[in-house]
Amino acid sequence: MGKRILMKGNEVIAEAALRAGCRHFFGYPITPQTEISHYMARKMEEIGGVFLQAESEVAAINMVYGAASAGVRVMTSSSSPGISLKQEGISYSACAELPMVIVDIVRCGPGLGGILPAQCDYFQVVKGGGHGDYNLIVLAPASVQELYELTVEAFNLADRYRNPVVILGDGYLGQMMEAVEFRDEEPIEKGNKDWATTGHGGKRIHNVTTSIYIDPNVLEAHNRKLQEKYKKVKENETRAEVVNCDGADVIVVAYGTVARVVKNVIKDAEKLGIKVGLIRPITLWPFPTEVFDKYAGVPKGFLTVEMSSGQMVEDVRLALNGRNRVEFHGRMGGNVPTQKDILDIVRQMADKQ
Amino acid sequence: MAIVFKKPNALTDKPFHYCPGCTHGIIHRLVAEVIDELDIEGETVGVSPVGCTYNNYEYFSCDMVQAAHGRAPAVATGLKRALPDKVVFTYQGDGDLAAIGTAEIVHAATRGEKITTIFVNNAIYGMTSGQMAPTSLIGQVTTTSPFGRKPQLHGYPVKVSEMLATLEGAVYIERVSVDSIKNIIKAKKAIKKAFQVQLEGLGFSMVEVLSTCPTNWGMSPAKSLDWLRDNMAEHYPLGVYKGKDLEV
Repeated sequence: MGKRILMKGNEVIAEAALRAGCRHFFGYPITPQTEISHYMARKMEEIGGVFLQAESEVAAINMVYGAASAGVRVMTSSSSPGISLKQEGISYSACAELPMVIVDIVRCGPGLGGILPAQCDYFQVVKGGGHGDYNLIVLAPASVQELYELTVEAFNLADRYRNPVVILGDGYLGQMMEAVEFRDEEPIEKGNKDWATTGHGGKRIHNVTTSIYIDPNVLEAHNRKLQEKYKKVKENETRAEVVNCDGADVIVVAYGTVARVVKNVIKDAEKLGIKVGLIRPITLWPFPTEVFDKYAGVPKGFLTVEMSSGQMVEDVRLALNGRNRVEFHGRMGGNVPTQKDILDIVRQMADKQ
Repeated sequence: MAIVFKKPNALTDKPFHYCPGCTHGIIHRLVAEVIDELDIEGETVGVSPVGCTYNNYEYFSCDMVQAAHGRAPAVATGLKRALPDKVVFTYQGDGDLAAIGTAEIVHAATRGEKITTIFVNNAIYGMTSGQMAPTSLIGQVTTTSPFGRKPQLHGYPVKVSEMLATLEGAVYIERVSVDSIKNIIKAKKAIKKAFQVQLEGLGFSMVEVLSTCPTNWGMSPAKSLDWLRDNMAEHYPLGVYKGKDLEV
C-alpha cells in the first residue's frame, strides 16, 4: 500500500477507474459529479485515453454502449436527472449484456429538484428504472476509501458477469475530502471478451451485439439466461457491513453517508444503555437479505434511515417479511437525518416495549 | 465456367425480409460490394438502427451492433473511439436519423467522428406502418397525416444533407438515388467514397440515399420509382453537398 493522501471523493472515483484500466469515459456535465469529468478530461489526454463530453446523457450512455461492445473498460458518470435520461441505454446494455460502470452521485429530486445530496435514486437504480426485467449490480460506498475500492471492484464485477454496475453515491461522498490509500497494484481480472464486436479479421463468423429478439421463445430464453446470471450474482456477490448487531436492542439499517451518522448514534446510545446495531448494505442489488434472517428477532425492531421518503425501507420490509417491526426515518430536499433525531427514535423504540 | 455475378462476401446467406420493390435490398448490396472492393469486411463494424433494417446485423457479415432508436451515431462514436483503426458505419432510416436521432447525427458530424453514415430516406416510417416522417413531402398522405402533410400543421420536410453540410466536421456529404441503373452506379461510387474518406481519417462522411416504400406509399414498385423521381428528387436534389473536390 502507498501512503495516505487527501482527495475529493469524485476525483477518487476517476482515479480508481483509471487504475482499473478504464481508458474510455463518456459524460455530460451535471452537478454534483462534475469533478469526475474534470479529472478524466485532464488525465485521459495525458495518458492517451478517450474522454468525450457528449451532447447529452442519452448520447453518453450510447457511446458507452458502443465502446463496451468493442470490449474495452468504459465508464460514464452523472447525477439523478442525468441517470433518468440514461435509463434507455442502461436497459439496452443490460439486455445486450455489456460490461460498463455507471456512477450516480445522487442529488435531491424529483424533477430538477436541487443539487444537494440525497438517496432518492434508490428506486430508479436498484429497481430498474428502465423497461424490462433486468438488474444492475449496485454498489453503495460510505467513504472515500470505499469509493476507490468499490470502483475498482465494479469493473471486475462488470466483466465477470457481463453486466452494468452502478456506483451509487450521494453528493456528500462525491464532494468530501478524505484520506485514501491506493494499492501498489490493482486486482484487475481479465475477462473473456470473445463476444466483442471488434471486427472479425477473417478469423471467425461475425459477432453481433443486440438487445432485440423478435421471436417470443428466443426472447424468453434470453430472459431466463439473464435471470440465471442474476441468481449467481445474488449467491456470490451480496455484501453488507454488520456492526454491533449481536445482542442489539434495535438495529438501524442505512447505507452510504447515512450509515456514517448511524455509527455515531451507536456510541451515543451506548451511553444511554441502549445497544444499537447497524446493517449497512454495500450491495443494494443484490440486497443482503440473509443478514436480516440472522437478526430478524432483534427485541425492539428495525429502524431504516434514509435521505429519501423511504425507498430502501421496502427491501428491508421484504427481507423481514413481517417478522419484526420496521420503523422509518427520512429527510428530503438535501437535508440529512441528524444524530439527535435518530437517537430520539431509537430511544422511543427501546422504551416502548 | 466464369462467374460474372454473385452475392458479395459481405452479405450473409440470410434472405432479406424486405417488402417487394423496397430498395433497401439494393442499398445493402451496394454497401456490401464496397466493403468487398475495399477488402475491409474483417476490419468493419456496422451499426443497425431501429426501423425496417433493425436486423440488418443478420445480413452483413462484418461484426454488427444493434443500436437504440436514433442512437446509432453515438454508438458508432463509442465503437470508433475504442477501435480507431477499424471501419465503423451506421445504416439509418429517416425516422431514426432525422427525428429521434437528430441530436446524435448532428453532433457526431460536427465532432468530425471518423464514421460513415448510410442515410436511407424514403419520406415515411416504414416499420411502424406508414406514419409521417420529418422528411415526408408537403401534401404526402400518411397514416398520421391522413389529409396530407400541411406546413401549418406539420411543418416542413427536413433537408438533412444540406443541414449537415454546414458543419465543419462533416467532410463528405452526398445525396444519391437508387431509382435507375445510372443512379445506382452513382450511388455505389458515393458510398465507396464515403468509406474511403473514413479510411483516410478525414472526418465524418454521409451518403443520403433516396429510397422507395411501395407498401406504405400504397403504390406498385414501378410507380414508386416514378414517384421518387417526380416528387422526392424535386424536393431533395441529388448531388454532392460537401467535399465536391475531395480527392480520395
